[in-house]
Amino acid sequence: MNRPRRPFTSADLCLGTAVLGVALFAALMAPWLAPFDPIAQDIGQRLSPPTLTHLLGTDGLGRDILSRLIYGTRPTLALVALVMVLSVPIGLTVGIVAGYCGGRIERLLMGVTDVVMAFPTLVLALAFVGVMGPGLINSAFALALTGWPAYARLARTETLQMRRSDYLAAAEMHGIVGPRLLWGHVLPACVPSMQIRLALDLAAIILAAAGLSFLGLGMGPPTPEWGAMIADGSKVIFDQWWVAASPGAAILLLSVAFNLIADGLRAAGDPSRA
Amino acid sequence: MDCVPQGIRAVPDRALLSVRDLSISVSAPHGERLIVDRVSFDVGAERVALVGESGSGKSLTARALMGLLRRPLKVSAGRLEFEGVDLRALTPARWAAMRGSSMALILQDPRHALNPVLRVGRQMDEVLRIHQKLSAAERRDRTEEMMLAVGLAEPARTARAFPHELSGGLGQRVMLAMMLVNGPRLLIADEPTSSLDESLRDQVLELMVSLVEHRRMGLLLISHDLQQVARYCERVLVMYRGRLVDVRRTQDLAGAEHPYTRILWSCRPGGRTYGTELPVLVRDADERLDMAP
Amino acid sequence: MRARYGRRVLRRVAGAAATLALTIAALLVVTFALSSLSPIDPAIRLVGDHASAASYQQARRDLGLDRPWPVQFARYVSQVLRGNLGTSSSTGQPVRDDLAKVFPATLELATLAMLISAAVGLAFGLLGAWRPGGLTDGVIRILSLAGNSIPIFWLGLLALYLFYAHLHWTGGPGRLDDAFEYTIDRSTGLVLIDTWRSGVPGAFVNAITHLILPVLVLAANAIGNIARLTRAALLNESAREYVILARAKGAGEARVLFAHILPNASGAAVTVLALSYARLLEGAVLTETVFAWPGLGRYLTTALFAADVPAILGGTLVIGVCFVVLNRCADLLARAVDPRIL
Repeated sequence: MNRPRRPFTSADLCLGTAVLGVALFAALMAPWLAPFDPIAQDIGQRLSPPTLTHLLGTDGLGRDILSRLIYGTRPTLALVALVMVLSVPIGLTVGIVAGYCGGRIERLLMGVTDVVMAFPTLVLALAFVGVMGPGLINSAFALALTGWPAYARLARTETLQMRRSDYLAAAEMHGIVGPRLLWGHVLPACVPSMQIRLALDLAAIILAAAGLSFLGLGMGPPTPEWGAMIADGSKVIFDQWWVAASPGAAILLLSVAFNLIADGLRAAGDPSRA
Repeated sequence: MDCVPQGIRAVPDRALLSVRDLSISVSAPHGERLIVDRVSFDVGAERVALVGESGSGKSLTARALMGLLRRPLKVSAGRLEFEGVDLRALTPARWAAMRGSSMALILQDPRHALNPVLRVGRQMDEVLRIHQKLSAAERRDRTEEMMLAVGLAEPARTARAFPHELSGGLGQRVMLAMMLVNGPRLLIADEPTSSLDESLRDQVLELMVSLVEHRRMGLLLISHDLQQVARYCERVLVMYRGRLVDVRRTQDLAGAEHPYTRILWSCRPGGRTYGTELPVLVRDADERLDMAP
Repeated sequence: MRARYGRRVLRRVAGAAATLALTIAALLVVTFALSSLSPIDPAIRLVGDHASAASYQQARRDLGLDRPWPVQFARYVSQVLRGNLGTSSSTGQPVRDDLAKVFPATLELATLAMLISAAVGLAFGLLGAWRPGGLTDGVIRILSLAGNSIPIFWLGLLALYLFYAHLHWTGGPGRLDDAFEYTIDRSTGLVLIDTWRSGVPGAFVNAITHLILPVLVLAANAIGNIARLTRAALLNESAREYVILARAKGAGEARVLFAHILPNASGAAVTVLALSYARLLEGAVLTETVFAWPGLGRYLTTALFAADVPAILGGTLVIGVCFVVLNRCADLLARAVDPRIL
């Protein structure tokens, strides 16, 4: 377990974190950064190409695309955070309990994990949101529903490894048992592999969330969700292609950022593969 | 420490393999690191052992002799000749022609050294196909002949097996057969018995020695076990930390003067050493070899 | 030894089949749960909003909604197994018939995309492993990053704008131009075969011009990952001992790659391909919407817009089953190729 950790020597990691930082900044400071109100309509200016006032043009209702893009970081990052908060704890808990208890409990839990792992994420999320109704909570729930197995798997692997080592036995001899043992000792060991997995998943979740809002299953108008903006733009794609272009580029950038973070973390943890 | 071998240097009358100042280095992020430092020796139609602990560079030397090292490892030598051919100047095509037909290499664990998804017979057939123009029937005959020669009683049945289905001893014989079937002049054996049971080691080594003798080949036996090689080889080359520190005839081992050789030789568990303290080598950062009191 | 081998294979296959059945059963549980949790009351849909309490109760009893959950689930499963996936509330047709009509379109799209991405991806992976650290590595890296980060529907939209509207290089949305749409006999549902057999001049080429963009967009998604994982598998194998021994035998680099490394890496490669196919299916859902491709994906999204619950769940089930089967196949194939794992 003795691998040198120098996280910020990797260009990938730096770049990815920088972009993520910009997105977070935009989300927090949106009211001060955005030149216009994202839901303010100006029909007279509708579908105008990029100009000096509207740097990225306007959409079908005359709303400034740049402002909508900036405000759009909020629903995106909120959803991403929510999915993370839902899927990671569930997955880790299932995995740690399975690894620690062993026997039939482990087989049962891992059986369930394997089954859910084989499910299609996007399609099930679509079905869930389609049936239960759109919205932030529903979308997050839908995506987290198929997202937790990966964490369960890796948590169980780590737990098993620790069980076999003397590390846990030593802690137990000190009288540290049960929950305190699990959370205090086993959980931290899962963190490194979990980070990488999380970064990769978040990249995919951004795309899935965009897909959901593209199909009209997001938070609904007038919320400036990037996927929904692309859907609006698709109606006028042949003449005013910029309406759809910039939100897609934003999605691409953020997803790339998460992928780079994952690559950087992987390289930092394993110097031979840098 | 000056590592030019002093004293008795038993040089064969006609060297098959001639090595002078062989060095292996690796390009690391902070410059080049020397792993093997100017090793020089000759091997004739005799049995020579290259002995050292793990990390001494002996395996790398063996692979360098066959031209098997790639980036980031770099090989340089003042002289590297096999049967008069300058190995440093060989093209990949010529190397491929030499390997498996003039020079042979066998490795430690047949379960890993043989291709796991191909049947053993097919792998033997391959080495004949690469170097000789024979019909399928002729190849089959040669393979069978060779397998019998290495003591495999049921050649046809063994040929149909996958490597993981063979025991260590059988697998090692197969590897031996595979590399000797083209009649090479030199066999380099990299720790051929280290993954075998004690009982099997002697068997395999005796087999190797008898084959080598019979065919008047040269043998370079790489090992960490000095006692083992002393029984089967005529000369011993001792490596430590990338340098050749001693060259000795086997019969002169007991009277070795070099401290490392003496340590290796005297570290034999046996009747005489029973109950005594194991002599320990004190190793300094600057590589001077001192003996503990 | 032969008999033992045969028995082991049988046990392996039986185990895989059991896991597959279990997973599909779980999928059924999910779709059943969704249909039960749906805020749309099927009984009201049957009798209308203004029905009396008595007829409403009767409707509930007819649909079995007054029975306990396990019974309802058993009823659901038996209906699905008999092929009854309910009736679509928007088209009024049995969902099964609708699905049968749209399935071939998606199959054609996904399979063609799979063939292209497999060919190109494997080629790049081989190239990248042949010369590690070269230009190919950078290309693979970028392709893989792009494939994992680009929203596929956005790529489709932009491609449609650029190559259809702007450059006029390809056909537009839909499978055929309107001119051919109604003159072709759709016997197989696969537009390439149908147009070829119809003999109508220009139809086949027209079909290709419409296929090419969605297929390439889908393939672009998968190529990067296939290339990267193939390359990794090949490099992994080339570090092993048997590769060194193969060279020591005098094998040239080509022989080492094709006769030794490739067979050992094929398990990993096949797994990647099967998993990519599964992902392509999911990608098709969004791509079909953009290209107005009348396949499974568009059926699903149309049903979503119309809140057509039976259609949504029927479509989800079919896609889900395909996805799950491909996933399990990936597992099985990987083991089948390696004689050590048995």
